[in-house]
Amino acid sequence: MSIRGKAFIAGAYEHPDRKIPDKSVAQVHAEVAVGALADAGLSLADVDGFFCSGDAPGFGPLSMADYLGLTRLRYVDSTETGGSSYVGHVGHAAAAIAAGKCRVALITLAGLPRSQPPARSGRPSGPESAFESPFGPTTPSMYALAARRHMHEYGTTSAQLAAVKVAASQHAQHNPNAMLRNPVTAEEVLDSPVISDPLHRLDCCVISDGGGALVVVAPEVAAGLSRPTVSVLGHGEAPKLADNGRIDLTYTGAVWSGPRAFAEAGVTPADVDYASIYDSFTITVLQTVEDLGFCEKGKGGAFVADGALLAPHGALPFNTDGGGLCNNHPTNRGGMTKVIEAVRQLRGEANAPVQVPDCEIALAHGNGGSLGTRSGAATLILGREDS
Amino acid sequence: MTAELPAPAPAVNPETQEFWAATAQGRLLLKRCLDCGSVIWYPRALCPDCASMRTEWFASAGRGRVYSYTLNHRGQGAYQGAEPYVLAYVELDEGPRMMTNIVGTDADGLAVGLPVEVVFHDTGEGSALPRFRPAAAN
Repeated sequence: MSIRGKAFIAGAYEHPDRKIPDKSVAQVHAEVAVGALADAGLSLADVDGFFCSGDAPGFGPLSMADYLGLTRLRYVDSTETGGSSYVGHVGHAAAAIAAGKCRVALITLAGLPRSQPPARSGRPSGPESAFESPFGPTTPSMYALAARRHMHEYGTTSAQLAAVKVAASQHAQHNPNAMLRNPVTAEEVLDSPVISDPLHRLDCCVISDGGGALVVVAPEVAAGLSRPTVSVLGHGEAPKLADNGRIDLTYTGAVWSGPRAFAEAGVTPADVDYASIYDSFTITVLQTVEDLGFCEKGKGGAFVADGALLAPHGALPFNTDGGGLCNNHPTNRGGMTKVIEAVRQLRGEANAPVQVPDCEIALAHGNGGSLGTRSGAATLILGREDS
Repeated sequence: MTAELPAPAPAVNPETQEFWAATAQGRLLLKRCLDCGSVIWYPRALCPDCASMRTEWFASAGRGRVYSYTLNHRGQGAYQGAEPYVLAYVELDEGPRMMTNIVGTDADGLAVGLPVEVVFHDTGEGSALPRFRPAAAN
């Protein structure tokens, strides 16, 4: 069974704030839930499927469902694959809708890492932890390991990585809510402090409070709504594992999730008008565009340095909201905002200077966990409602 | 830059007790699958290559090459104040790539492919962290 055309994104909402010192995490989940439902023309009373991940406070999906008063739920899913979770949730929601398990699915994300930094690790340690954490891995340093190996094998340079940030900053200047709105040059990226070499501060995404939500609905629900909806055309997922000591730091799970999503949608990379590419770090984007087939493996550096990512006229306009590098990376999980910007593009509602003309097919890709160890990958292919 | 590198103790459980006890005696143990022969990393009771539960410990020669490395300037937890330090993957001669630190060299001495050998840093809790330094010339 394919999900192609069997579910539609009817509502999308990104919290406008990037620093929220005066609210609770549950409250921000509620604000984005209500925002996305209002965007769809629906209400909490219509929701019969609820999807959330590790950022939701309390016990799996139960605490937030209770807080929100979601008394009509028939389907819940708390898949946790880090920042890729929400991209996967859209696919899961579409499958549940196609199977008749629910009709109006709500997906929420929220967190306050900037105002209320969480305890170092609230998560029980995994079986691998004793063989990794004593050596002091940090999130940037693990992505730095991936960058170094990619440089070694393919000759990728720091200046090429910087081109990713430069493009994101060009886009962010048009987003009034973006956390970092000033365009930067490659030189400024290279001159920013080294965090974990070869990655500089400006190779890293922002840390922001905030959140976002999506509403995925059945075709018969979508037909009764006034706002433009977005068709879910294809979805693919693939965890990439450390693989019994054979870890390869030069590619991501997108090598599997991408082809699965393209096949289900019946399109190819050449058909994609706009792409939201997970951008926890510049290296994440560079590897992912290769792995999704937008350029040859190992040529991502030349591809991005050539201006491919610049909207609206680059070969692959990406992250037109400014992405995690400049706009927002709420609660250190960027998958939600990736889908939201793809929805804006397909509705023709991106910021005008970066709106891709006649945007018909969009891709949203999420990464989660760490490229330096084990990571989730989820790819969505979305289409304008008439596609 | 490595003299004061902290050596936080790992959490030890019945599945990994033998590994960590050996580190305290200066030995790096690996697991091998008795059915398919795969070397298993990180150590566990199951062979993830063939699903066998029949595994045995054996001693690594403790030599390998740097697969990737980074000089991290922003440590967290026990590593705060110990920066910069080198986080790396070393590919052991027996095959597995393991996360570790490189010690005993400055940044200019680091390279992908650098031959390295294991050293053990006592955690003070009955275990030692297997780290690597540039290999002595044979």
